[in-house]
Amino acid sequence: MTQVLVFFEELGAELSISQQELLTLAGQLGEISVVTTSAEPSPALAVQGIGSVYAPQADVPPGDPALADLLAEAAAQAAPDLVLGADTADATDALARLAVRLEAGLITSAESIEGTTVTKSVLAGAYTTSAQPVGGPLIATLRPNSVPAAVQPGSLPQITTLPVSPSGAVELLEETELPSTGRPALSEARVVVAGGRGVEGDFSLVEQLADELGGAVGASRAATDAGWIDHSAQVGQTGVIVSPQLYISVGISGAVQQKAGMQTSGTIVAINKDEDAPVFEIADFGIVGDLTEVIPQAIEELRARRQS
Amino acid sequence: MPALHIITLVKWVPDAQLERGFTAQRRIDRTEGILGELDEHPLEAALQISESLSDRQVRVSALTIGPAGASAALKKALQIGADDGYHLTDDALAGADVSATSAAAAAAIQHVRSLAGLDAEYLVLTGMASEDGETGAVPAQLAQRLGVPALTQATALGIDGARLSVTRTAGTRQQKLACALPAVVSVTDQANEPRYPNFRAIMKARKKPVTTFSLAETGLDAAAVQPKVQLLSAAPRPAREPGEIIHDDGTAGRQLVDFLQKERLL
Repeated sequence: MTQVLVFFEELGAELSISQQELLTLAGQLGEISVVTTSAEPSPALAVQGIGSVYAPQADVPPGDPALADLLAEAAAQAAPDLVLGADTADATDALARLAVRLEAGLITSAESIEGTTVTKSVLAGAYTTSAQPVGGPLIATLRPNSVPAAVQPGSLPQITTLPVSPSGAVELLEETELPSTGRPALSEARVVVAGGRGVEGDFSLVEQLADELGGAVGASRAATDAGWIDHSAQVGQTGVIVSPQLYISVGISGAVQQKAGMQTSGTIVAINKDEDAPVFEIADFGIVGDLTEVIPQAIEELRARRQS
Repeated sequence: MPALHIITLVKWVPDAQLERGFTAQRRIDRTEGILGELDEHPLEAALQISESLSDRQVRVSALTIGPAGASAALKKALQIGADDGYHLTDDALAGADVSATSAAAAAAIQHVRSLAGLDAEYLVLTGMASEDGETGAVPAQLAQRLGVPALTQATALGIDGARLSVTRTAGTRQQKLACALPAVVSVTDQANEPRYPNFRAIMKARKKPVTTFSLAETGLDAAAVQPKVQLLSAAPRPAREPGEIIHDDGTAGRQLVDFLQKERLL
């Protein structure tokens, strides 16, 4: 049976969607064990299918060289064929260290995994590649929205404390929770509504449409650079790469950098008053029109249909 | 205080504004390139640190790994303000994956330190990701090989005495981390606004030294940079077909909802 070791770089009161997707894929591929940076893993790990959980003696901070020891110790116990993590900086960094330690191959942003063959998008979504490791276990991060999350609650698995402590080299001086928008995380949302230059500084309609659809709010670089919305909302090659089921582009012309961040979305809808906007070349449904008229009507229609 | 040697990794990448592709050997086509836009941010960060430590000797070096054309990236880095440039070029590095790149970079950094001959602490700065490989995994692998911390995705950084501090965003949390040098830090495009080289800087850059070296000179052989990942196929994503485009006749909002319903997206 294939052994899959899943790495969680953080563990809140509940599993994130990405973490649920990781466990779902791991369960499809084989038997699951989990390793966390948290010395006292939360009850969020009470999920069916997790055989064992490995934890350090004390919390290991991001950037600490001891992350390699933690993962290598867990790998020595679990003897994994695959080590999986989320497509985040912290998971990538820890798995990157493990790959050096095990002299194994690392593949980031996987979209599907069969055996040890990984398929992913490269060059900002322009190409699809398949690759496999040369010897050693496969170490990979999984792009959000690649697998439909399906985890079942279970009992809390046995927790094994490994003889690993933080090295002391890295000190976590401060940690503050960023203000919550109450919306799903942009990188893992199933619906994204994104605004650009065309919103002319006012994101309220974009936000209302996102809320009506239960989606996240994104933005083009022009909009974040103008200070209309926080940088964390930026979709594109230097921002967040998204691949939702539905992406609605509002007042964004669709320059290369922006397209790079969203062109693997399931369905793309574009609203723009300029009929020559490049975004219409990749839109499944395009509306040439004034967003201040189109969006309120769409919201009204969505509400009406929900009531009927 | 000892001198500080900031080594900034810069990469010559295919221009993301143009069409990019693969060669018949399934390697990214590198016949043309530019200094990666994201690599200007660590350079700017290095220069700002240097300027903030007026009482300390600071050397800012730019290091690139790549084919002959990559010297263009070094030239730009020197114009922006690096003091000297180093270029590791070797045919054995064609098609390097994350593992091969980080192994070569670690050896190159030690080589650059010995060539520089400074009795200095060192700090390695990189961009947040390369614009072609896009893994963002090289800084952590490099740090692992050097045996030092990796503080990645910095939105702000500074050196205060012997300590380096970094502000970064991790998921839904903002963190401030600190460590002693040496360290590897990847710098995001939020950390600063890179300066444009003026005419004087461009003229000055012509006199700055550039040292080119091979893998063997760093003490590595080709076996140490064997990729750990084998690319089986690389195919262009089928172009997205444009769908239905309508002009708003006063009912576009309702037609949008019709479309979403038909596509089962509600």
